[in-house]
Amino acid sequence: MGSQSFSDALGVDYGALAPLLIVLGGACVSVLIEAVLPLERRRPAQLVFSLAVVVVALVAVVVRATSGAADVVVLAGSLSVDAPGLFLWGTLLALAIPSVLMLADRSVEPGGVFVADPEALAEAQEKVLAGGSRSPSGTGPDSRGAVARRGGGGGPDPATPPEMHTEIFPLVLFALGGMLAFSAANDLLTMFVALEVLSLPLYLLCGLARRRRLLSQEAAVKYFLLGAFASAFFLYGVALLYGYAGSVRLGDIAASAAGPLRSDTLLFAGLALLVVGLMFKASVGPFHTWTPDVYQGAPTPVTAFMAACTKVAAFGAILRVFTVAFGTTALEWRGVLWAVAIASMVIGTVLGITQTDLKRMVAYSSVAHAGFILIGCLAITPAGLSGTLFYLLAYGFTTIAILGLVSLVRSGDGEAGHLSGFAGLGQRSPVVAAALSFCLLALAGVPLTSGFTAKFAVFSAGLADGMAPLVIVGLVCSAIAAFFYLRVIVLMYFSDPAPDGPTVSLPGPMTTVAITLGVAVTLLLGVLPTAALEWAGAGSFLG
Amino acid sequence: MSPTNYLLLSALLFSIGTVGVLVRRNAIVVFMCVELMLNAVNLSLVTFSRINGSLDGQVMAFFVMVVAAAEVVVGLSIIMAIFRTRRTASVDDANLLKY
Repeated sequence: MGSQSFSDALGVDYGALAPLLIVLGGACVSVLIEAVLPLERRRPAQLVFSLAVVVVALVAVVVRATSGAADVVVLAGSLSVDAPGLFLWGTLLALAIPSVLMLADRSVEPGGVFVADPEALAEAQEKVLAGGSRSPSGTGPDSRGAVARRGGGGGPDPATPPEMHTEIFPLVLFALGGMLAFSAANDLLTMFVALEVLSLPLYLLCGLARRRRLLSQEAAVKYFLLGAFASAFFLYGVALLYGYAGSVRLGDIAASAAGPLRSDTLLFAGLALLVVGLMFKASVGPFHTWTPDVYQGAPTPVTAFMAACTKVAAFGAILRVFTVAFGTTALEWRGVLWAVAIASMVIGTVLGITQTDLKRMVAYSSVAHAGFILIGCLAITPAGLSGTLFYLLAYGFTTIAILGLVSLVRSGDGEAGHLSGFAGLGQRSPVVAAALSFCLLALAGVPLTSGFTAKFAVFSAGLADGMAPLVIVGLVCSAIAAFFYLRVIVLMYFSDPAPDGPTVSLPGPMTTVAITLGVAVTLLLGVLPTAALEWAGAGSFLG
Repeated sequence: MSPTNYLLLSALLFSIGTVGVLVRRNAIVVFMCVELMLNAVNLSLVTFSRINGSLDGQVMAFFVMVVAAAEVVVGLSIIMAIFRTRRTASVDDANLLKY
């Protein structure tokens, strides 16, 4: 066992870190693939490689979780690989598989959803249309070269869209690596760096849409400026907590709070600023302002990836911070977060009712769901922990399926989006309408869907921990929110389709697999939730 | 001089940055205000490092600088992209997504 003693000498537990190292290493190799391979071979190579990386990392997580290895804190206390952490890693990687499939799909949007430089593409397309007589050499960027090559080869072919850009794959892998680190971070500095590693690629991904460039770029600018603003708050909180405890390790902060009397100002000011940053990422309550704009403006596959995975990572970090660092002082700060949870649920449901765009509606619904999840986080009990983890898993798959289905309903210039486009969908495309109805019912929390089990787990944990008023608000908000989910279903089945309404495009194999996976997991977790609930409740955070 | 004064200065700089983000209209200036906030944090990290008598805070300041540099790269590229399509960097003109 030479390698064993070598890793012992360095003090790094590579077995525990394997999933994170695989994803981040894969991201670096993916950048190399981008640089080395010719354009036409890049897309299949990147797709296969990214999927392989995610699957191998997921297998590593499952092996680690089933091997019964002890919980460890690795890398000099900066990352904690424990049972809830492994559940979060498994959830993130499992959600990444349908996300990558949707990102890579080119059947719904000819040529793929992403494009890096629209002006170059437009120019190249014009050249192709003009007959492709000009020399392709010296045009520089890959996009021009690709189209010019095609034009020079088989003659002009305006039906063939220019090649999709593949930078998205390394960006997604880096974001995923950041999310893994964020949900396992055991000190606040690691958490901050992971926060930026997951955010920066997402800002870029938001701005890369092929259609409706202005909306996409506006979403990227808004997300970036507000995200940077929120991470500055997070960082100031870290600095104040460092001043309070003399360390940014979560366990040390808890120990300082339990120790001899110190200035509470630093502790609670630090916590407040930290929470602002974390709540922003999780799009909770009054810190949600970016959510609808970014969900609507970003390319739909990116919205799916962001909505599902960012939420899991952010709530994983929130759970860890609340439990490990502030569990001992919970009585003093919990009241404020009650207000945040109530604000989040009310804002999400009330504004959700007024929406006319389905993606914006999903965004406000995610704000309401963030409030529900926060109830589970505030119950600092094993039941709260397992309920929250289960909720994140269930919500992630349902959201990916919904956004996948939304991307199928298209009008002339891209996705329909507007609710009127969904009128009569039940007659025109019964399968899509049925799947969408099922997922919306899951978001509403109807029994036999994962949404019901998840809400039941979170609300009962909240009730058991003495948060009855909060749970009542949650139930009322769920009832109100059911209205706007059901409105879409009624529209799909009981309205006549508009004569010049949007069409439903037939999804390619990749989007089909992604949507099927989302719907299947939603159903499975609703009918047979026991196994997942048991795994979610298998352990507790390591301090 | 008491280290507390540096903490006050840091809080002041952070507040100036916050107000700047809220009131300025140009995306570049907003972004500069965010950078001011990050550097205010650096000042308090170093001061707390001095007060606590450990070097952790100073090392953290380096991490923050590296992250801020990475953020500049991404941020300016996004602002450049929107400037090229709209010919303006004003955040008030980015108003297509609302309600």
